[in-house]
Amino acid sequence: MRFVDEYRDPSAARALVAQITDSAGDDEFKFMEVCGGHTHTIYRHGIEHVLPPSVELVHGPGCPVCVIPMGRVDDAISLAKEPGVIFTSFGDMMRVPGSRGNLLKAKAEGADVRFVYSPLDALRIAIDHPERDVVFFAVGFETTAPSTALTLLQARARRVGNFSVFSNHVTIVPPIRAILESPDLRLDGFLGPGHVSTVIGQRPYRFVPDQYGKPLVTAGFEPLDILQAIAMLLVQIREGRRAVENQYSRVVREEGNPRALAILAEVFELRPYFEWRGLGFISQSALKLRREFESFDAEQRYRLPGLRVADPKACQCGEVLKGVIKPWECKVFGTACTPETPIGTCMVSSEGACAAYYNFGRMHREAAVTLGRRSVSSR
Amino acid sequence: MCLGIPGQLVELVDTNDQLARVDVSGVTRIINIGLLEDEQLAPGDWVLIHVGFAMSKIDEDEAALALASLQLMGQAYDDELSALWASKITSDTKGG
Ligand code: SF4
Repeated sequence: MRFVDEYRDPSAARALVAQITDSAGDDEFKFMEVCGGHTHTIYRHGIEHVLPPSVELVHGPGCPVCVIPMGRVDDAISLAKEPGVIFTSFGDMMRVPGSRGNLLKAKAEGADVRFVYSPLDALRIAIDHPERDVVFFAVGFETTAPSTALTLLQARARRVGNFSVFSNHVTIVPPIRAILESPDLRLDGFLGPGHVSTVIGQRPYRFVPDQYGKPLVTAGFEPLDILQAIAMLLVQIREGRRAVENQYSRVVREEGNPRALAILAEVFELRPYFEWRGLGFISQSALKLRREFESFDAEQRYRLPGLRVADPKACQCGEVLKGVIKPWECKVFGTACTPETPIGTCMVSSEGACAAYYNFGRMHREAAVTLGRRSVSSR
Repeated sequence: MCLGIPGQLVELVDTNDQLARVDVSGVTRIINIGLLEDEQLAPGDWVLIHVGFAMSKIDEDEAALALASLQLMGQAYDDELSALWASKITSDTKGG
């Protein structure tokens, strides 16, 4: 087990792999890791190659950069080109393709696009440049949305009139439901997202076992965390139980972070529906600013094209995000589509399945193929 | 943007703005701790930082674990750290 030797505690990892192999037996299991951080760990550490062939991991929609639809990127670019605007964005969003280029291209063409680490940096730029209008391109799940919300509360308290937010915040539960409703995928359980759960806690996932009869185990980001969470899923299934369990209790609390949830609810409300790249429209799956924050809402302050743009034909990000195909099964993977020239969003962020696989997975897979086996079979 | 980076609280800077100075891999930076208001953070405590905000309180062992696995991520972690170093969160409201 070549990969396992590189783990923090190889003997614990070996024991977990043995346990997983035993409980899986001759049956086949498909588990989805919802979070892009997990996808990254899985490819980075070759976890798919230490698992028995009967246990398959499929990648979910939990990479916020990956799920932003083309039309919203076009809207962002149009905001960036508004006269007098300083457009601020996380670095991850700069290369995400819209229908006519990305934010980097807009910057090269003269738009004042600046990349920031934090929404507070964007607010700082607004305070420092009272003569300009500063727009912050807000993306992310419940992990980053509370930060945007707190920044807006500060902007209001300080009466910063030249700051607004283009909200593309999304919530994690509706896409999980959409995937459970999707006919083209049979799943046996989920690895629940780690950091999102520090905010929302464990309760919002209860519908997964209660309504769909599938187990969900919230997992940390270490290879051992992932292996342990898989073992916990199998234990549940073998004992005939279906529940929400927490492997990452070192960090995630049952109730989440009530303070962050209260701030979220004060600033944001659910949109009736929102388009997800590859997944289509999902109802009540995204956050917009409440009316009390209208003057900070870029969608109210500016006229946006707001056009729906179909994903490029060649790109199968949608299937990748639903776990229907693996990145390497996309026809343009690694040829026309690479991290330098991404066609789809899944190739942009390091947490996107295509990029993670491009960077790490290929060599592991090739190594496994050369060895002529999955590494575990030589145990 | 999705990475949680462990940092250790050095001092509380400004209680109004809920800011604190943290040490991240030997470099100090100002972050916002308003989302952990209920935790009564004190110097010496470890937190996971997302986009300039402390998102969860963790213990020292978890901080070491998280740091070790981030370092294994290579480029993605370097990018996140350099973004954090470039961050200019400060406590003054007047600019500068
Ligand atoms: S390889 Fe590129 S084009 Fe294919 S699904 Fe992934 S991001 Fe889309």
